[in-house]
Amino acid sequence: MSPEAIIQDSNSNSEERSSDIEPFKLTLYRHGLRLEREKTSTLQVNVGLLCNQRCKHCHLSAGPTRRENMDQETAEQVISYAERCSFGVVDITGGAPELNPYLPYLVEKLSSLTAKVMVRSNLTALNDGARDHLIELFREHGVVVVASFPSFNEAQLDSQRGEGVFNDSITALKRLNTLGYGRDGSELELDLISNPTGAFLPPSQSQTEKRFRQVLRERLGVEFTNLFSFANVPLGRFRTWLKQTGNLDSYMQRLTSKFNPCAMEGVMCRSLVSVSWDGYLYDCDFNLARGLGMGGKRIHISDMAGPPEPGTTIAVADHCYTCTAGAGFT
Amino acid sequence: METYYKPEDLPKFEEIGKEAQELATKFFDYYGAVFSEGELTEREKSLIALAVAHTIQCPYCIDAFTRSCLEKGSNVAEMTEAVHVVTAIRGGASLVHGIQMRNIAEKLSM
Repeated sequence: MSPEAIIQDSNSNSEERSSDIEPFKLTLYRHGLRLEREKTSTLQVNVGLLCNQRCKHCHLSAGPTRRENMDQETAEQVISYAERCSFGVVDITGGAPELNPYLPYLVEKLSSLTAKVMVRSNLTALNDGARDHLIELFREHGVVVVASFPSFNEAQLDSQRGEGVFNDSITALKRLNTLGYGRDGSELELDLISNPTGAFLPPSQSQTEKRFRQVLRERLGVEFTNLFSFANVPLGRFRTWLKQTGNLDSYMQRLTSKFNPCAMEGVMCRSLVSVSWDGYLYDCDFNLARGLGMGGKRIHISDMAGPPEPGTTIAVADHCYTCTAGAGFT
Repeated sequence: METYYKPEDLPKFEEIGKEAQELATKFFDYYGAVFSEGELTEREKSLIALAVAHTIQCPYCIDAFTRSCLEKGSNVAEMTEAVHVVTAIRGGASLVHGIQMRNIAEKLSM
């Protein structure tokens, strides 16, 4: 495809594009890069968009009024697919996965099929008083809890995730620590995810982890295993916020200016396949949010005999700049 | 409205090298070295820069180092405290000259 055709294709296929930035496809072309799959080792399962929070940075616009939630039939199809593929990791996400009634079933079945099962939690849904059985189930199956915790500053965290979320999150983290999660020497892994609380890029992951560990331990008595810092993806509610605050163009320019060709090696879409609440496949959760099917096609999990083949082209759009900015997005 | 300070001028900073490239290169190399990790972290250096930016009241520096502080992991509470630190020093510097005033007044007064 010529550069002119790439620009035309990007303009016609894209969400309302931010002005003044080069289409991601054209950047790849200019650097002589192709984004293709390697061996797919991770199955990401998005069980739905229902969430008890309405975070400003959510690329899926998840929230309490969303009705998209995985049903039993799709859950069965996911389990059957995991049986056919022998994934190394299953990563369950949402919305708030805790609000899907089939989460316990998925965790039980997938734990017996996969070495590592992760559940992404906003912490408040896990520790709302109605889901003690889930915490016990996670512990029993050695599920890795991946918790959103962007800042140890209460005002900053609450401004992104909602009033009172900071204190509720600390309560939940302490409870997980009491049960053995995140403790030194414990096999129960508790990882934190820190997203910037605004239209700026994240700090160095290693420095942030060091600082969070010190502050959370000394000020709040909280322990964790690893911290991952990710940039916010300009989709969904975060994109709306960027537009409303006049930050969209400068944020996109910031992402594009930080394009790092070396980060392409480690992007998650090369080794991950994401399945949505209704069973359709995507190259990642961001393409899911954008409605950009796996390899640009609409493929249902029940139609897949095995994992996507290595060498398959990955669908891209301008939000992919998020994963190639600086050190990248793993 | 016309203004002497334009946000779009900030990314043009390197154009200052157009008529004196050698000096500009030396300056930007030095600038980059100063802000890289040393005995102080990049985050700490950005906080110092933000505080100084308020003392010299440079809108470009305030813009650049507010973003830099956030991207290095500082929060607004820490940044606000940093601004208070330089404010205290700046205010204190004025106030301590009051001793000079008192000395002179004492000498001139009966």
